[in-house]
Amino acid sequence: MNSLFIISQADPRPMYLQLMEQICQRIATADWPAGFELPSIRALAADVRVSVITVKRAYLELERQGVIVTRQGKGSFVAEGADVGLRLREQELEDHLKSVAALSLLLGVTPEQLDARVRVLRDELTREKS
Amino acid sequence: MSAPLIELEGVEKSYPYFRLEGVRLRLEPGQVMGFIGPNGAGKSTTIRILMGLIAQDRGEVRVMGCAMPREQAVAKRDIGFVSEEMRLYGMASLDWHMRFVASVVPSWDSAYAELLLKRFDLHRDQRTKTLSHGQRMKAMMLLALARRPRLLVLDEPMTGLDPVARQELLSELMQVVSDEQRSVLFSSHHTQDVELISDQIAFIDRGRIIESTDKEVFLDRWRRMHAEVPSGKSLPWLPGVVDVTSSGRVAVITTKAFTNDLPAFYEQAGATIREIQHMTLEEIFVAEVMSSRKENHA
Repeated sequence: MNSLFIISQADPRPMYLQLMEQICQRIATADWPAGFELPSIRALAADVRVSVITVKRAYLELERQGVIVTRQGKGSFVAEGADVGLRLREQELEDHLKSVAALSLLLGVTPEQLDARVRVLRDELTREKS
Repeated sequence: MSAPLIELEGVEKSYPYFRLEGVRLRLEPGQVMGFIGPNGAGKSTTIRILMGLIAQDRGEVRVMGCAMPREQAVAKRDIGFVSEEMRLYGMASLDWHMRFVASVVPSWDSAYAELLLKRFDLHRDQRTKTLSHGQRMKAMMLLALARRPRLLVLDEPMTGLDPVARQELLSELMQVVSDEQRSVLFSSHHTQDVELISDQIAFIDRGRIIESTDKEVFLDRWRRMHAEVPSGKSLPWLPGVVDVTSSGRVAVITTKAFTNDLPAFYEQAGATIREIQHMTLEEIFVAEVMSSRKENHA
C-alpha cells in the first residue's frame, strides 16, 4: 500500500483540494517537471483509493489554474511555465489573509486599522533588508 | 456514452410495515455508487429488487439492459453479488467453493483469486462453517471479485471487517473501476468508506430516495456556518437550511444549499459569519435524517 498521495479523512479540507495540493508539491519540487505526464485519472484513483470523480475534479481545477494541460485522448501534462512555486506562495498568502480577516472581525479591528498595521510591518521589513 | 448498468424508475413495493416509493436510481459504467441510509430505510429491499430476488409491485428495473426480475438469468451472468445474508456450504472448504464457481463461470480469474486469498488473509482449506463473520464476508468478496463481473452489487460488504481488511477491500473495489466499463454499487454504514470511494451517492430514508447525485456536488452543497448574532436580531430562515442551533449569541447554521453568496445574506441580516466548515458524509447523514424526522413530527 505505497500510494503516491495520501488523502486524510482527519483533514477538514475536501479531498480534491488535498489532492491538488499534493500534486502541486510534486510540481514545485520539480519531481514532476514541465511536460511530465500525470497518471491517468482512473490509475491515480485506484492508487490513492479515492473516487474517480474526486481525482477528476482535482485535475479540472488544476487545469483551470493553468498548472496542468489535458490533451484529449493523450492525457494530462504539467504545463510549461506553470510557476507553481509562485502559485503556492499566492495560496499561502490567501490562507493567511483569510485568518487575518477572521481574527480582525473577531477582535473588531477595522480594515483601515489593519491597513495601517500592515504598513508598519512592511516598513520594518524593508528597513531590515536595506 | 454507453447504456447505464442499473436503471430503476418509479419502483414501488409494499409490505405491512414498510413501503418503497418511487425509487429512481441510475448507475453508469465506470462508477462506484455508495448507497446509504438508516436501518430499515429500504437499502436491502432495493438491492433485492434490482437483483431480481423479489419482484417490485410497480416500476421498471433494468440491470445491464435486462428487465428484472424477468431476465435475471441473463443479467446475473455478469453480476457479482454479495450480501450479509448469503451463506456458503458449511461442510465444504473455501477451495471447494472456488473450484465450484470456476467450473460454472467462464470469466473466473484463478490468478486473481490466488492473489485475493493472500490479500484477504484467507485459508483455502478451511471449512466455511468455521469462518468468523468477517472471514465469511471476505470469502464471499473473493468469490464475487474473481469472477471479474461487469457489475458488483454489495450489500453491507464492510460489516464485520477489521480496518486492514476494509482497506484491502477498498483497494480492490477501486481496481474494479480502473476499467471504465465496470461498476460497483455498495450499501454501507461506514460513511467514511462511502465518502472515500463513491462517485455517486444515493441516500434512502423511509423507503424514498432523498438524494441521488454526484458525490462532489453533494458534499459541496452542505456547510456548517458559525455565526455571531447580536442580541435582538434573529436570523432569516433561508431555503436549504436544515438546522440552526443557538447558544447565547452564537448560532450554528447547517445548510444543504450552500452558495458563495449565502454568508452575505446573513451578514446583511446583522450576523457575522466567523467560520464556514465543510461537513463529512457522516455529519451530513445525521443532519439529513434528523431534519427529515423533525419535519415528519411537525
